[in-house]
Amino acid sequence: MTDGLKIELGRRYRFSASHRLHSSKLGEEENRRVYGKCNNPHGHGHNYVVEVSVSGTLDPATGMIANLADLDAFVEREVIEPFDHKSLNEDVAVFRENVPTTENICTEIFARLKHFPKAKLERVRVEETGNNTFEYAGEEP
Amino acid sequence: MAMVYLTRKLEFSASHLYHNPALSAEENKRIFGKCNNPHGHGHNYTLEVTVAGEPDPVTGMVLDLKELKEILEREITQRMDHRFLNYEVAELKGQIPTCENIARVIWNLLEPKINKGRLHKVRLYETPDLYADCYRNGAHGA
Repeated sequence: MTDGLKIELGRRYRFSASHRLHSSKLGEEENRRVYGKCNNPHGHGHNYVVEVSVSGTLDPATGMIANLADLDAFVEREVIEPFDHKSLNEDVAVFRENVPTTENICTEIFARLKHFPKAKLERVRVEETGNNTFEYAGEEP
Repeated sequence: MAMVYLTRKLEFSASHLYHNPALSAEENKRIFGKCNNPHGHGHNYTLEVTVAGEPDPVTGMVLDLKELKEILEREITQRMDHRFLNYEVAELKGQIPTCENIARVIWNLLEPKINKGRLHKVRLYETPDLYADCYRNGAHGA
């Protein structure tokens, strides 16, 4: 931007899902030791909050970085629809292999959203609970 | 000395509408959806202003919060609170009062007034789920 200012748009979304933290690379006992009650074989759930930040130049005709309706539809299609009210371990292919920790959920959401065509994805922040937050801004340049 | 970031929050309530007179009525409707309602609509905005600086060795402050509060009252609250942003805020004339544009206007109003420390970031929430951040290019978006 010519005035040297950078503008980012932040938007919060929500989904609820269950998961179980269990690594196929570890034994039963080791899994219990590492993951504690998150290793409960039947899983458990959270209300996740996903905060998505995008940047770009403001379109002078609309005053917007990106039309919110486009961003909402993209996030809905790429993340909310496949994650909401699902068992992450069973219903989301990538988490059949990778443990669905919120770190891994955060980087997976970033990978799904970085191709948003209308603006640059800056970062993804995921709240697993009000007390636990994870943030990812892509690989260091 | 260590750089410290202090943030002051304030709220204001205002109405606005999105309409670009260069576009047809149908185009306006398509792009802006219900934000194009000709009579406008309102929000409770929450503004977070972050100032960066090194604490003064005598006062222990980056800048006096009272002073910042007065700047925000004069520059933002008096100008925008309980106003129709499209018609009553001169700085927004000719612009669509999106969260992005309002955040930039707020930045430009505040930056020259903050003489102790420097303005680091403006975050404007239009709703708890939608906000715009404004900062200098190259500054960390912390």
